[in-house]
Amino acid sequence: MTMRDALLFVFVALLILGVGFLQSWNTALSILNMGLISAIMALGVNMQWGYAGLFNVGVMGFVALGGLAAVIVAMPPVGAAWAAGGGRMLLALVLGAGVIAGAVALWQRMAKGRARALAMVAWLVAGFFLYRFVFDPAANAIEAVDAASTGYLGGLGLPVLLAWPVGGLLAAGAAWAIGKTALGLRSDYLAIATLGIAEIVIAVLKNEDWLSRGVKNVIGLPRPVPYEVDLQQSPGFVENAQGLGLDPVVASTLYVKLLYAALFLAVLLALIWLAEKALNSPWGRMMRAVRDNEVAAEAMGKDVKARHLQVFILGSAICGLAGAMMTTLDGQLTPSSYQPLRYTFLIWVMVIVGGSGNNWGAVLGGFLIWFLWVEVEPFGAFLMNVLTAGMAEDSGLKAHLLDSVAHMRLLTMGVILLVVLRFSPRGLIPER
Amino acid sequence: MTDLLNALVAFSNFVLIPATAYGAQLALGALGVTLIYGILRFSNFAHGDTMAFGTMLTVLFTWWLQSLGVGLGPLPTALLALPAGIAGTALLLLATDRVVYRFYRAQKAKPVILVIVSMGVMFILNGLVRFIIGPDDQRFADGERFIITARAFKEMTGLDEGLAIRTTQGITLVTAMIVVVLLFWFLNRTRTGKSMRAFSDNEDLALLSGINPERVVAITWIIVAALATIAGVLYGLDKSFKPFTYFQLLLPIFASAIVGGLGSPVGAIAGGFVIAYSEVTITYAFKKVLGYLLPERLEPDGLVQLLSTDYKFAVSFVILVIVLLFRPTGLFRGKAV
Repeated sequence: MTMRDALLFVFVALLILGVGFLQSWNTALSILNMGLISAIMALGVNMQWGYAGLFNVGVMGFVALGGLAAVIVAMPPVGAAWAAGGGRMLLALVLGAGVIAGAVALWQRMAKGRARALAMVAWLVAGFFLYRFVFDPAANAIEAVDAASTGYLGGLGLPVLLAWPVGGLLAAGAAWAIGKTALGLRSDYLAIATLGIAEIVIAVLKNEDWLSRGVKNVIGLPRPVPYEVDLQQSPGFVENAQGLGLDPVVASTLYVKLLYAALFLAVLLALIWLAEKALNSPWGRMMRAVRDNEVAAEAMGKDVKARHLQVFILGSAICGLAGAMMTTLDGQLTPSSYQPLRYTFLIWVMVIVGGSGNNWGAVLGGFLIWFLWVEVEPFGAFLMNVLTAGMAEDSGLKAHLLDSVAHMRLLTMGVILLVVLRFSPRGLIPER
Repeated sequence: MTDLLNALVAFSNFVLIPATAYGAQLALGALGVTLIYGILRFSNFAHGDTMAFGTMLTVLFTWWLQSLGVGLGPLPTALLALPAGIAGTALLLLATDRVVYRFYRAQKAKPVILVIVSMGVMFILNGLVRFIIGPDDQRFADGERFIITARAFKEMTGLDEGLAIRTTQGITLVTAMIVVVLLFWFLNRTRTGKSMRAFSDNEDLALLSGINPERVVAITWIIVAALATIAGVLYGLDKSFKPFTYFQLLLPIFASAIVGGLGSPVGAIAGGFVIAYSEVTITYAFKKVLGYLLPERLEPDGLVQLLSTDYKFAVSFVILVIVLLFRPTGLFRGKAV
């Protein structure tokens, strides 16, 4: 890190501190926490795009898989649902996986020709109906169990921190499956494939109620940090807060947010240390060689496809990890809140603005763009108020302009992305 | 026999006709994507939002015309507003090209950079549309709602099942047909169209033979504006106009273009219909149709729906993957940059 980079980080820190002094410390800490998570997502995308030149626009799907991991790991199991259809559901899932594995084996074993294609189609159709035959009653039975409050299998009831690596693993598994099919095709095709898989992951989360309660949301995820209410009732904490001259209620929310920030910061620091080590190792040099000239790298004996798959899985796993962290912070999984503009394309803006190919750049972009994403709205509202101050109170245009402030952030992000791409295409902290 | 006819009518009413209209809308969208890919050589992620922008302009003009009391009688007023919408969108796209894309073209930037640039344009258009008309659902169809209503059809034929053809579905098909015929006539018969195809086939040779690249690019954008606006307005008339839905249309549209073969106009049309028919067929509950066809004993208990409607994106995606795995250049040999 050079002096200039350090100054940029100081600048972003000052921005967040400014929010603390001018708006509220609660908002400032919220920005910091989501900024930390965004920085981790940006690190993941930077690995794929910055190191290897892979164009992944399915970040949202991997983030959502991480969120699912938080539910599966941390929520208490629903005994009645397991009794109603748990075993049959497991059987159905194993069966589904078996059908696909069988199809792949069939494809590889049989000789090329019409017989193979027909056998494959017949196998898949038969497998699909068999799967649905086992699956449908199980799903219905599970969803019928006290649908208003559970209606799903629940999780394993393990500590929520364990969900973070599990989220990474889930995302890595999905990335392996996508990478196996779509890598090696042209870059635009990978983009469309990842865009599609992200939509499918969200569709699964929204519709498979037995798994994630669908649009009924899973709320009340266990937390790795104490609850505010408990803190406010603990005499020691109240005493300390009053010693600092703080209201216990305010102090407890700030304390909880700070604990989260410490956890996230630890993860971010560990990841950036690993990422820097990897980037500056022979492996990192090989990756960049592959990115800059695939043909030359292949001629030097590098397995381009395998390397692409490897870095695609790594980057996606980091996005999954960040997704699990985010769901832990929110304390709930709301599948309908996953929007591609927010969870895929915004992360891309972070990477491009920060500096693709540079880990510190991605992290800086994560903080800066998240800060802007949050703060553009109040700032835009202020600007609109000033602009419309001269208009008549009952003017329809004035009301419309003030109402539309919420949509300013998309516009602003687009402008920022285009300006950076045009005038500083390598980002704020360029690759070295 | 009546059972068979009933089954056929039910199938047409719920699968064939809606899917044909949807396919025509997808085909028009995919034509735009494929033209940009052929001439400008990148996948335009802003296409869905271009459609939304064009539709928004048309909706605004429609409202204005309606407030003046101007209408087309049984046809929707939006058809009258369409040329204005196209003109506005063409101006917007030409301005975007001038301000944004031309710089990268002069630099000969890699296609993937242009894709990222189009992501920025997508953000701006998306924000602009939400800023002007808001993120909510807007209905702007007026005029006669049906060409044939289900009841009229039942009375006419004496069948149990009704066949309803909505005006918007009829308009979609007629308009799409006119647009496609015009486009192919333009591409194959006119000097400008030929220069566009030459440019798409081999840029260097086209430049050597004196074709003005900026002119080709400008005309491409104008045609794309027309295609995107028409596709968007037809989709909006048929269903409703909601900016986010248009953004989501990106996936089936790209799937259509790729399945057909990127850069190939015929492929885009074929791809649109392939995707639309599979999407609607696989997510339709066949209980009713099978009820007529099968003997009573075998009648299905469930809905006989292969996948729930919410998985329609999965269908376009799976078809896309299958085509990419077994025929990477698409059904009609597209080009690969």
